[in-house]
Amino acid sequence: MKTSLTTLACVLAAAGLVTPLAQAQEKVKIGFVTDMSGLYADVEGKNGALAMQMAIDDFGGKVLGQPIELLSADHQNKADIAASKAREWIDTQGVTMVFSGTNSGTALAVSQVANEKKRVHFNNGAGSSALTNEQCNPYTVHYAYDTVALAKGTGGAVVDRGGKDWFFLTADYAFGQALETDTTAVIKAKGGKVLGGVKHPLNASDFSSFLLQAQASKAQILGLANAGGDTINAIKAAKEFGINKTMKTAGLLVFLTDIHSLGLKNTEGLLHTTSWYWDLNDASRAFANKFFAKTKRMPTDVQAADYSAVTQYLKAVQAVKTTDADKVMAYLKSTPLSDFYAKGSIRADGTYAHDMYLVEVKSPAESKKPWDYLKVLSTLPGNQVFTTKAETKCAAWK
Amino acid sequence: MEILGVSLPGLMSQLLLGLVNGSFYAILSLGLAVIFGLLNVINFAHGALFMLGAVSTWMAMNYFGINYWVMLLVSPLLVGLLGVLIERFLLRWIYRLDHLYGLLLTLGLSLLIEGVFRSVYGVSGLGYDTPELLEGATDLGFMMLPNYRAWVVLASVTVCLATWFVIEKTRLGAYLRAGTENPRLVEAFGVNVPVMITLTYAFGAGLAAFAGVLAAPVYQVTPLMGQNLIIVVFAVVVIGGMGSIMGAILTGLGLGVIEGLTKVFYPQASSTVVFVIMVIVLLIRPAGLFGKEK
Repeated sequence: MKTSLTTLACVLAAAGLVTPLAQAQEKVKIGFVTDMSGLYADVEGKNGALAMQMAIDDFGGKVLGQPIELLSADHQNKADIAASKAREWIDTQGVTMVFSGTNSGTALAVSQVANEKKRVHFNNGAGSSALTNEQCNPYTVHYAYDTVALAKGTGGAVVDRGGKDWFFLTADYAFGQALETDTTAVIKAKGGKVLGGVKHPLNASDFSSFLLQAQASKAQILGLANAGGDTINAIKAAKEFGINKTMKTAGLLVFLTDIHSLGLKNTEGLLHTTSWYWDLNDASRAFANKFFAKTKRMPTDVQAADYSAVTQYLKAVQAVKTTDADKVMAYLKSTPLSDFYAKGSIRADGTYAHDMYLVEVKSPAESKKPWDYLKVLSTLPGNQVFTTKAETKCAAWK
Repeated sequence: MEILGVSLPGLMSQLLLGLVNGSFYAILSLGLAVIFGLLNVINFAHGALFMLGAVSTWMAMNYFGINYWVMLLVSPLLVGLLGVLIERFLLRWIYRLDHLYGLLLTLGLSLLIEGVFRSVYGVSGLGYDTPELLEGATDLGFMMLPNYRAWVVLASVTVCLATWFVIEKTRLGAYLRAGTENPRLVEAFGVNVPVMITLTYAFGAGLAAFAGVLAAPVYQVTPLMGQNLIIVVFAVVVIGGMGSIMGAILTGLGLGVIEGLTKVFYPQASSTVVFVIMVIVLLIRPAGLFGKEK
């Protein structure tokens, strides 16, 4: 019986019937799960999926002779939904790459599924550096930025400019605490001091009370270790209570959409770190204008990274002529990347080490056109701003 | 002078800020209490109506250049009108059913309204400037109080007390209260109870919108702004006692202050303290602090 089956297989293979089956497995399917309706939906959300589709279309819509497919879903900021969606896509849809978006909790959950199932996993938008540090795995690429880069970028720059005494407003969950810890380390290393801090609940609507406490501390710098709606409300209240007259605000994770929402009058002078800005150079403007034509909004750095990451993945698949995760990862980690988004390389720990930018929000007078919000103060080299080899806890990179 | 490591001026300013937040709680929970008292409907759409008040204020300013003061009147009227439609065409059909149906209907309604605005305006929010007249801050000696926040307290306390007066002390209020006790008997006296009920719901919706207009310059105007507030406001109503007008007002202000103090002494708990109090009150007085057992 066994021999006859083998014979049959040989005959079928010889007849060329097996080849189409093998090709069918080589079809590239990308499964993208992110926050599409909650507090981070404007940072990436549906327009993140749109950026990915743009990347696929610009690539020609096909790779390895098969059309490229993009699936997307809303994880509602719940780790269990994100993980089960990734699992379902891999098991039943044959997804070859899972893409997790904003929210650190969901990203860490998807990362574990990808590792278990041996599929390529990209993340943009989640802050937690654990993705490529304590919890690193061979299949995860952390593409846009992480809390370490944000802390070193903004924290370091502010202390260098004389902002030695800090007070933190920290979102009371894993991401906020990591950001505060990482930034505190940078401040102390540079001879600064942390005079105090408040841990506020996630999605706190009223910050006036916390801000009065910050003011009473007599610190020079108000460090915002939070994101999205919390950052927006904190900045708005700081303006209302005149806190910005005695303290300078440093936003540790600020998105273009936050500034757009608050307006330049409320955010003028805000220092922060970003992985990309639409008005950096001709290449970034070209992408931004195409994106704007479709969405009527300029892309955030996360959305630009979405386009870039998908393109780089497709290029890798094309180069190694297979969707096999190990081969694709080996190619990605051995080939320097360069496009309109960034230049750099994906390290053994999975971090895409590229330059980051220290930026300041323009005053209303400096802004010459719509969405003209940021000026770049300095470029932060990728090999210094991310976790270094001396600091890493990722076994694969020791 | 210090109390538990916090200076007295610091403490006083926190109390005042608590009072500002309490004003929002008071005016929202008042609307809920009025609606529950007369319609027996747990109005989960209250947060969405609050949001509509704020968003319509923003829209009027941005699209038509209509200022804050006009919208302070127009917005509650518009949302009140929407309230009439909701009561006439939706709520009317479920009065005979269990409370849960009203809750589900209004919850669904609020998801629908919020979803539509979210898809149009996104979630980051729209900025609304403080009206010129109320810009700046007053030095109270122990803190700089933004004038606008002082106005919020003044406006909401005035509206709350006026509502209480109308319902508890006037002839119209007497009809309303009688209508809830025994609608058939009141109708026999020639009072049009269904119209009265419609107007009550519209009034509750208008109150929510009024709070929304007040909130527009303080918070970022976002489609989700009501969601964050409404759960706390329900806790306030439960603590005060379902259907008690004065209970809702006093509890709203009081809990704002307690929440303010929590923000000083243990900020992590500031979003949960209201619910802890709710649990304690329910254990000791199941009908709420000001509610009467039936």
